Amino acid sequence: MLKDLFRTKPKYVTVRNYREETARQERDERAKKDLPDGLWIKCENCHQIIYHKDLEQNLQVCPKCDYHFRIGAKERLRQLLDESSFEELFADLSPTNPLNFPNYEKRLSKYQKETGLKEGVLTGVGKIEEIPVAIAVMDFFFLGGSMGSVVGEKISNTFEYAAANHLPMITVSASGGARMQEGILSLMQMAKTCQARNLLAEQGLVYISVLTDPTSGGVYASFASQGDINLAEPGAYIGFAGTRVIEQTIRQTLPEGFQKSEFLLQHGVLDLIVHRKEVRKTLARLLRFHQSTERAEANG
Amino acid sequence: MGNENGFTMQFEKSLIELEKKIEEIRVFSSEKNIDMSEEIQRLQAKADVLKERIYRNLTPLQKVQVARHPKRPTFLEYVELIFDDFIELHGDRLFKDDPALVGGLASLNGIPVTVLGQQKGRDTKENIARNFGSPHPEGYRKAMRLMKQAERFGRPVITLVDVAGAYPGIEAEERGQGEAVAHSIMAMAGLKTPIIVVITGEGGSGGALAIAVGDRILMLEHAYYSVITPEGCASILWKDANEAPKAAEVLRLTAENLKEMKVIDEIIPEPLGGIHRDKVAGAKLLKEALVRNLQEILEVPGQDLLKLRYDKFKKIGAYS
Ligand SMILES: [Zn+2]
Repeated sequence: MLKDLFRTKPKYVTVRNYREETARQERDERAKKDLPDGLWIKCENCHQIIYHKDLEQNLQVCPKCDYHFRIGAKERLRQLLDESSFEELFADLSPTNPLNFPNYEKRLSKYQKETGLKEGVLTGVGKIEEIPVAIAVMDFFFLGGSMGSVVGEKISNTFEYAAANHLPMITVSASGGARMQEGILSLMQMAKTCQARNLLAEQGLVYISVLTDPTSGGVYASFASQGDINLAEPGAYIGFAGTRVIEQTIRQTLPEGFQKSEFLLQHGVLDLIVHRKEVRKTLARLLRFHQSTERAEANG
Repeated sequence: MGNENGFTMQFEKSLIELEKKIEEIRVFSSEKNIDMSEEIQRLQAKADVLKERIYRNLTPLQKVQVARHPKRPTFLEYVELIFDDFIELHGDRLFKDDPALVGGLASLNGIPVTVLGQQKGRDTKENIARNFGSPHPEGYRKAMRLMKQAERFGRPVITLVDVAGAYPGIEAEERGQGEAVAHSIMAMAGLKTPIIVVITGEGGSGGALAIAVGDRILMLEHAYYSVITPEGCASILWKDANEAPKAAEVLRLTAENLKEMKVIDEIIPEPLGGIHRDKVAGAKLLKEALVRNLQEILEVPGQDLLKLRYDKFKKIGAYS
């Protein structure tokens, strides 16, 4: 399905699909109410009115204030990978309701319909400036990008695939954390993904983690913080504990910019912050630094 | 949490009252030198029946309450009751020593091991000093340091897990709480020495898992282990923390539930009425399980250990 998507050329068509998928979002609803046809969008940050095509052309970054809008997994892959290079792997895995959690199936099918995804992560192989990579991209619009059994399984499978095929690995995280509806099984996906990430380290294969808004809880506290290189988009919320939980615990308001990318860079958790327009180029540069050693390993 | 001496769980109020009454009669009879043994015996039998009835039928949320009981043994009490020759080792070599996570060297039935776990306090003063057993990143980094040390010297690692959650605070975030938890999980997954994990009380999400990756995962009968607290789940799901009993049911967080889902390997029985009623007897049962499991793991060839540990966690999950 995705392969087809990447082979259809006219870019505006696919971007439009993406817009339709996420139309339910609050900001679009608001924009629609105020501005007919949804052709105009109000920036969440600077509140200026942006023409939707300008936003699309600018990779969903506000042309006026550089605010990075959240984007789905398909859009992200389109921005990062060489055209038509993505081949999806582990696409068959579907979620179940192991705990019989109330309303879980209903919510799953709602998000499946809205995003056109089976689960909150797309995994596979592709190329960035001709360099083959294994890649896992999370989708925040699917149940908050939460990590349940399928997400954990697909991500760990992709690490395993990268290790078996001598590929560098990239993850793009966008997640509220572990998925409550699968209980302890979700928590265990943190262990599953972390141990799979170890496989690359053993082989000297590079793993680059791209943290986007938001990356929190059990995803930040597992593979996403464990890149050889951790890079984040500007202004992304990245944290272990939720701001409300912290505020309730310490009974004080949190400082401005707390748990934003810039805060994490300052405190040594991130290697670099990269504007969305530069992410693909930066990944290619980083990958080229690791290409020769990987070839040597593979040949040796 | 309430005052530790007056702490009563609602569901065993009648039992506590009866136990108090028996104690009063005992004191009275010895003070006045009157033989009341018949009456005491009769009430004791009644209390035993009551205890049996209450504790055999605990609801999931009641188990969570038992797991959080302020009189439940803490890490250092287990160490005292189970291990010999404990030497505490402090600090993460990076920032500071976290009193909420304690570790060191000890001997288990003559076998040298590294033992570590979260340390709650036994009273308010201790709890403040121990941050209620909720570690900061430096706690998990100390754990990692001690585990790496154990690997270097070929010592098995035993972890005792009892934590409401890794501490949610400004400094914890500044120093990378998420990174510390993740790093510790990774370190355990790759640690070339046997690891036995025991969930002794609260298994609170990532803060528990950070020291809970191992070859054997044991769990005390009334402990719980969950991705989120029942109260947290209830306030998200029903916007009402009072729905916690329902949430505890739904989350399937008891030892029995987890054994069914193959998340844990073994349930260690507690003395009737919970381990806080008889720490010595409870610790004896735990020690027996630890020794037996350790002996079994020590038989596994070193090169198979990591593969088996990997497969163990890789298998957990549900999908079609
Ligand atoms: Zn703007």
